[in-house]
Amino acid sequence: MKSLKQKYCIVGVGNTAYGKNPGISQIAHNVLAIRAALEDAGLSAQDLDGVLTKAPTSTFPMLWGPKIAEALRIQPKVTATLDQAGASNIGLIQYAISAIEMGQAEVIAISYGDNPRTGTRASYARPRGDDALAGLFGAPSSYAMVAKRHMHEYGTTNEQLANVAIAHRTHANMNPNAQFQELFTVDDYMSSRWVAEPFRLLDCCPVSDGGAAYIITTEEKAKELRALPVYIEGIGQAHPSWDFYRRPELATSGAKIAGKMAFESAGLQPTDVDFCEIYDCFTIVPLISLEEYGFVNKGEGGSFYEEQRTHIGGELPCNTSGGLLSETGMPGTQLVVEAVRQLRGEGENRQVKDAEVGLVSQQGGIMTTHATMLLSNQGVHQ
Amino acid sequence: MNEPAIADKFAAFEELIPPLTDLNAPYREALSRGELILQRCKSCSSYQYPFESFCYECGSTELEHKISLGQGSIYSFVKVHQPYHSAFKPFIPYTVATIQLDEGPRLLCAMLELTTEVEIGDRVTPRIERITASESMLTYELEGS
Repeated sequence: MKSLKQKYCIVGVGNTAYGKNPGISQIAHNVLAIRAALEDAGLSAQDLDGVLTKAPTSTFPMLWGPKIAEALRIQPKVTATLDQAGASNIGLIQYAISAIEMGQAEVIAISYGDNPRTGTRASYARPRGDDALAGLFGAPSSYAMVAKRHMHEYGTTNEQLANVAIAHRTHANMNPNAQFQELFTVDDYMSSRWVAEPFRLLDCCPVSDGGAAYIITTEEKAKELRALPVYIEGIGQAHPSWDFYRRPELATSGAKIAGKMAFESAGLQPTDVDFCEIYDCFTIVPLISLEEYGFVNKGEGGSFYEEQRTHIGGELPCNTSGGLLSETGMPGTQLVVEAVRQLRGEGENRQVKDAEVGLVSQQGGIMTTHATMLLSNQGVHQ
Repeated sequence: MNEPAIADKFAAFEELIPPLTDLNAPYREALSRGELILQRCKSCSSYQYPFESFCYECGSTELEHKISLGQGSIYSFVKVHQPYHSAFKPFIPYTVATIQLDEGPRLLCAMLELTTEVEIGDRVTPRIERITASESMLTYELEGS
């Protein structure tokens, strides 16, 4: 795997208010988040050579990147919209690095914004084509099918799933911008209503309005800017691709291959990682992700969470701002934003002590796509 | 000829019938006669569902239809409590299973009106329910029930 040699940095992050945000359009969430990220970096929209975006989940507009560029009053050299669902926001960083490497751009904004909470969300529970008569609607039922298989193969329990939701909520409780901050217990979880067994309501991320963005540039440019640069150490992708129920193995994801790629590219090991921001649209996903990355053995993700080893202060804090389950159900851009804040020491009362290396894990569809990124603040603690 | 009887609770599924295409028409006609058919590749003998104009295994476009007994086992399942669509409301909570067919393909299928709990690995068999005069839907039940 070719090393990125710390040539590329994230120099600005921004977001809008998460949760219920009436009156803010999809494009406004993107533009407000990008403008906040530019402000954070000490840059202006005119400094941007590129605008990359993931299409809103609730609708699928054409030429979305150019529309955002227009709303920023720029005509960029590089623009694209990537269709990798929840893994798009790391895939877009890879595209940004390619554009910079080819000399087409120096400063690129990447954004996501949508308003399914207060706008339309019809696409969230649409029947799945020929499968509609099978009675499978929406993502929760499909992920529940994965969870059931994981429980069957490894003995994972509902109590362990509860502990995933609780760990991330514990962190959201320290995040004033989280959509859900109220603490709950395993008993509360057990009495929340079933959605699709083995999932209860608290196994599922909320539907959320919100926008998040970050600015990518070179190390040289980053040194001119005011924010502490966060280095992109490694990126990996792997896409299981097939309709989930037809895959040879159901209780796995692309994390194994994507993770290996990212670690090799970075020259790092799982033991070097100080914290993780893991795509947690449903409680089963972080368990499988930790297993596939090699932080724990296959089937031990549940007990790892149950023993609270993923709490801030524990050996591998996960989802320090609450993740999709509690901070915002948006598809992943916010996980990069939080990782950058942690590495800049801006985590406030949820700061992971001496955080130097963070892993961001994204996946989309029904574990159809996967991307992994390793970030560091190399040099800060030297 | 008498029209086949349609239970009211199944008539509501008409809204969920996907558009008729050249590819799915033979499957739908077979189901309406009370038979399940799969595609089989004349070149590599793989079975496949859903239907396509080529074989996913080898790429051949020479495919034939084969009647299947539809027997298989449960690979995974969920029990749906959320009323996503009104047609399924009378059956809540209902089961949706990933069925591993003996012929090889996996399919997603509703298991309605189950009287016992199901488990992964349980043997299952098709139960075809009539929706309209010309359309039926595939559901599954436990073998021997």
